Amino acid sequence: MRYLPLTEADRADMLARIGAPSVDALFVDVPETARLAGPVEGLPGHAGELAVERHMTRLAARNVNAGSVPFFLGAGAYRHHIPASVDHLIQRGEYLTAYTPYQPEIAQGTLQMLFEFQTQVARLLGCDVANASMYDGSTACWEAIAMAARITKRKKAILSSGLHPHYVSTVQTMARFTGDAIVYTAPELAAEPDTAALIGRIDADTSCVVVQYPDILGRIGDLSALADAVHAAGALLVAVVTEPVALGAIRSPGAMGADIVVGEGQSLGVGLQFGGPYLGLFATRDKYVRQMPGRLVGETLDAAGRRGFVLTLSTREQHIRREKATSNICTNSGLCALAFSIHMTLLGEKGLRALAAENHRLACRTADRLAKVPGVKLVNTAFFNEFALEIAGDARAVVRALAAKDVLAGVSLGRLYPDHSELAGGLLVAVTETVSEEDIEALAAGLEEALA
Amino acid sequence: MSINSSGWRPSLGANDMVQDVTGTVTGNRGLLLEEPLLFELGTAETCGVDLPVPDPAAANRLGGLERDDALALPGLSEPETVRHYTRLSRQNYAIDLGIFPLGSCTMKHNPRLNEKVARLPGFADLHPLQPITTVQGALGVMAELGEWLLRLTNMAGVAMSPKAGAHGELCGILCIRAALEARGDAREVILVPDSAHGTNPATAAFANYRVESIPGTPDGRVDFEALKARLGPDVAAVMITNPNTCGLFERDMKAISDAVHAAGAFVYCDGANFNAIVGKVRPGDLGVDAMHINLHKTFSTPHGGGGPGSGPVVLSEALAPFAPLPFVVQTADGYHLVEEEGAAEAGGEQAFGRMSAFHGQMGMFTRALAYILSHGADGLKQVAEDAVLSANYMLRSLDDVLDAPFGASGPCMHEALFSDKGFADGLSTIDVAKALIDEGFHPMTMYFPLVVHGAMLVEPTECESKATLDQFIGALRNIAERARAGDSALAQTPTLAPRRRLDETLAARKPRLVWQG
Repeated sequence: MRYLPLTEADRADMLARIGAPSVDALFVDVPETARLAGPVEGLPGHAGELAVERHMTRLAARNVNAGSVPFFLGAGAYRHHIPASVDHLIQRGEYLTAYTPYQPEIAQGTLQMLFEFQTQVARLLGCDVANASMYDGSTACWEAIAMAARITKRKKAILSSGLHPHYVSTVQTMARFTGDAIVYTAPELAAEPDTAALIGRIDADTSCVVVQYPDILGRIGDLSALADAVHAAGALLVAVVTEPVALGAIRSPGAMGADIVVGEGQSLGVGLQFGGPYLGLFATRDKYVRQMPGRLVGETLDAAGRRGFVLTLSTREQHIRREKATSNICTNSGLCALAFSIHMTLLGEKGLRALAAENHRLACRTADRLAKVPGVKLVNTAFFNEFALEIAGDARAVVRALAAKDVLAGVSLGRLYPDHSELAGGLLVAVTETVSEEDIEALAAGLEEALA
Repeated sequence: MSINSSGWRPSLGANDMVQDVTGTVTGNRGLLLEEPLLFELGTAETCGVDLPVPDPAAANRLGGLERDDALALPGLSEPETVRHYTRLSRQNYAIDLGIFPLGSCTMKHNPRLNEKVARLPGFADLHPLQPITTVQGALGVMAELGEWLLRLTNMAGVAMSPKAGAHGELCGILCIRAALEARGDAREVILVPDSAHGTNPATAAFANYRVESIPGTPDGRVDFEALKARLGPDVAAVMITNPNTCGLFERDMKAISDAVHAAGAFVYCDGANFNAIVGKVRPGDLGVDAMHINLHKTFSTPHGGGGPGSGPVVLSEALAPFAPLPFVVQTADGYHLVEEEGAAEAGGEQAFGRMSAFHGQMGMFTRALAYILSHGADGLKQVAEDAVLSANYMLRSLDDVLDAPFGASGPCMHEALFSDKGFADGLSTIDVAKALIDEGFHPMTMYFPLVVHGAMLVEPTECESKATLDQFIGALRNIAERARAGDSALAQTPTLAPRRRLDETLAARKPRLVWQG
C-alpha cells in the first residue's frame, strides 16, 4: 500500500518494543463481538493510482461541466474566471497540508494570510472587522441571526422574501430547534425588493432583519431606510451578500447601515465544485466583536519585539468556553479563504471594479437580448450580474429542455420554490465575464425555440 | 521596537535597521524571509489580472447605488502575488515537511492523486443547481462514498451535507431531537463526559439542550456506573468519543449503548478518532445511533490551515428517517437528488430540513472517495493497525521519561497521552512543545484533554516511517530529560523558528484584527 511506510520488519520491531505479541493484541479493549476477523466484507481491496484515476475520470465524464457549454447559472454560486496562480499557490504543501495555526511560531504564513483576508473582507463589506471564515454563506447567515439574538436578547428574526431559499431553509431548520421565531414569506415576481413590507413587520420583539443584497432575484435596493427603521426598534440589520463581486460596483451594506454583513465568498477564487467547499464571510462592527462566532486572527509581538499574528479572543470559542461558546464551529474554510484572498490581491481595487463593470455590461447586454424573445419579460428594474425573467411557460421544463441541447440556461424558480406555482414562470439568469456573445445568442435562440 | 505598520521599514533610522535579533539589515535570515503585509506592498492602481477597461460613460442599471467610496483594497501584479504568498508559505510547518503529531487531529499524508481527481472539470466546474441529468457522475460520487461509509460503520443511513465535524455533530444531535419530538418525548439533557472535545458541549447547547458532565474513572474511561445512575426520562442522548480523548477504547461501549437505549435515549459517537478503528471495528456493532466522520481526518482530505472540512453523519435505523435534506436516491433511470420536493415519496417524509445551502462538500467527497478506493477494505484495516501500532510504540518508547497517566490502562489506540508531571518547577507542557519546534517538529496537542493536568496528546498516524518515529522519539526524550532536570533554556524556546513566542495577552487585550494603515 503506497501510502503506508512501515515494513513488516518495522512492525515486528515495534511490537517487540511494545511487548505485544501481535497488532490484534493492541485491540484487546474492543468487545470481542465487535472485533472483525478480517477486512470489512463485501468491499473491494486496495487499488493502484491508475485504476482509481480511471474510475474517478469515468464518473467525472458523466457530468456536463459548466465551461463546456453556454452557462448562465447563479443563485448563490457564480462561475468566474480564476487566475491560474490562485490554484497553484493554494496547492503549496505549506498551506494545503498545515493544520489550524495553533502553534503560531511556525504558522505565521497562515496567520498573516488570514489577517490580510479579514482586512480585505471587512473593507469589501464595509465593516470594521471580519472573522477568519465560516463554512459557507447559509451557515454564516444563521450564525448572524444567533449573534443578533445574543446582542439584543430577543428571539425573532424577520427574513426578507429576497433571501436565498436554501438560506431560509437552513435558518428555519436551526430555529425549529432553538425556538427562535422566524418571519418569512416567499418572493413575488416584482421589479423592486420588499423593503417597505419588511419595515412594516418590525416590532419590539425583533432581534434582526435579514436582507439579501443583491437579492435572490438579482434586485438591488437601498438599505439605508431599512437600517434606520431597524435601529429605531433597537434591532440589528443583517445583510447577506451571495455575490461579492457586486461590491466592486455597488455600495457596501456596511456603508448603508448594516450591523452584521455575511456572505458567500465562493465567487472569488473558489470554483463551483458542485456546491462545496465554499467560504462563509462574516463581518460586523467593532463593538460586537466579542459576540462574533468563529476564529479571529490578531496582531501582536513576539518575545523579540517583532510583529506576528496569533489566534485571539478565543474565550468566545468552544475549545475554551465549551457549552457557553458563541458557536460550536471549529474547522472553518481556511484554504478557501486563502484562494479568495489571493484572487482579491490579484484584482485589487482597480481589478475588482473592472471585473464588476464587465459583469454588469454583459448582464445588461444579455437582459436586453433576452427581453426581445417573444414570451420573455425582464422582471428587474435594477440588477448587477443576475436578473429574473418571467417566461410564458414552465421555466423548469424550459431549463431541462435547453440542457438537453447543451445550454445551461439558468436556475428556474420552480427548482428553488417547488411549492409556489405562481413562480413557475421565473427564470434566474446570471451573466459573468465568462459568458461570450455566442453564449448569449445560444441562450436567446434556445429560449425562442422553447417558447415558440 | 514598536509594531511595524509603516511598510518596508522606510521610516526607521539607519541605526534601527540592524536588529539584534537577526543581525541583518533586512530582517531576513538566509532562506528565512520576512514578508510585509499585502497592504504595505500593494497599491490601488496595481492589478494582476488583465480585464477590459470600463467605459466610464456607460449607462448602468444599478438603481442609483453605484459605489461612491474607495474600497481601499490594494492589488499586486502576478509576480508580486506569487512571491508574497510563496514567501508567506515558507513560514508554515506542514505535514509535507514532517510529522505533525497533533492528538485528535489525525494529520496524515494528503495523497496528490486526490487533488488531481478533485480538479477534473467534470467535478470542479459543476454548478450545484444544474439539471440532475447533467450531474449524474457527481451524484454517483456521493452515493458511492455514502455506501462505503455505511459499510465501514454498519449503519443504516448517512447524511452527506454537514460541512465539518462540529456541523456533523449538530446534524446528529438534531436527528436525535427530531426523533424524540416525533414520538412526543421532549427531553432536555445531553450527557457529555468531561474528557470530550469542546465542540460536543457547544453543539448540545447550540441545539438548545442542557449539558451535564459525566466524570471519568481513574483509568481514563467513562464512569459507566455514574452514567447509568444519571440516565432517566429527561436525558435525550449521551455524546461519547470512542476511542476517547485519553487515547483509550471505551471497553463498556456496548453496555453503555444498551443502557442508554433502555432509558429511551440515543448514543451519539464523536467520530474524530475513527482512524484508530476504521476497517477494523464498526461503530454500528457497538450500538451507536449517530456518528460524524471527519473526512479531513480519517479520509485524508487536506486540513488547509483550518479547513475546509467535511462531516458526513452515519445514522442508525432509528434515526435514518430524520436525516436532513438533500439526499441522493438511485432508481432505474439514474440518480436523483431529493431536495425540497418529493422527499415524502423518496422515504424522507420526516427529514428535518436543510443544514446548509446546496448538497455538501463535493470537493472533499471526490478526494475522500479516491483515498478510500486506493486503500480498499484491506488497506483501511492496515491504516488502523499501523496508526495504533505507531501510537503504542510512542507510548512505550517514552513512558520512562514522560508521565503516562493511563499507561497502565491497557494499550492506547491511535494516540498516546502524556503529562508534565515530574518536570522541574517552572517548566511545563508548553516548554516541551516549543522546544520540539526548535528540533524541527510540530508539537503534539497541548493541554487537552482537560482532565489531565499538562496533557500532551501525541498522534503519529500510520503515515510515518519508523525512522521518523525514532527521530521524533529521540528528540522528545532529550527534551523530557531536560525538563525533568530543570533546564531553564527550554522556557525560552523556540529561538530558531520564524518567530519567538508570541504575546497572546497583548493580542487579546488590545485586539488588532484588521490592518489600520
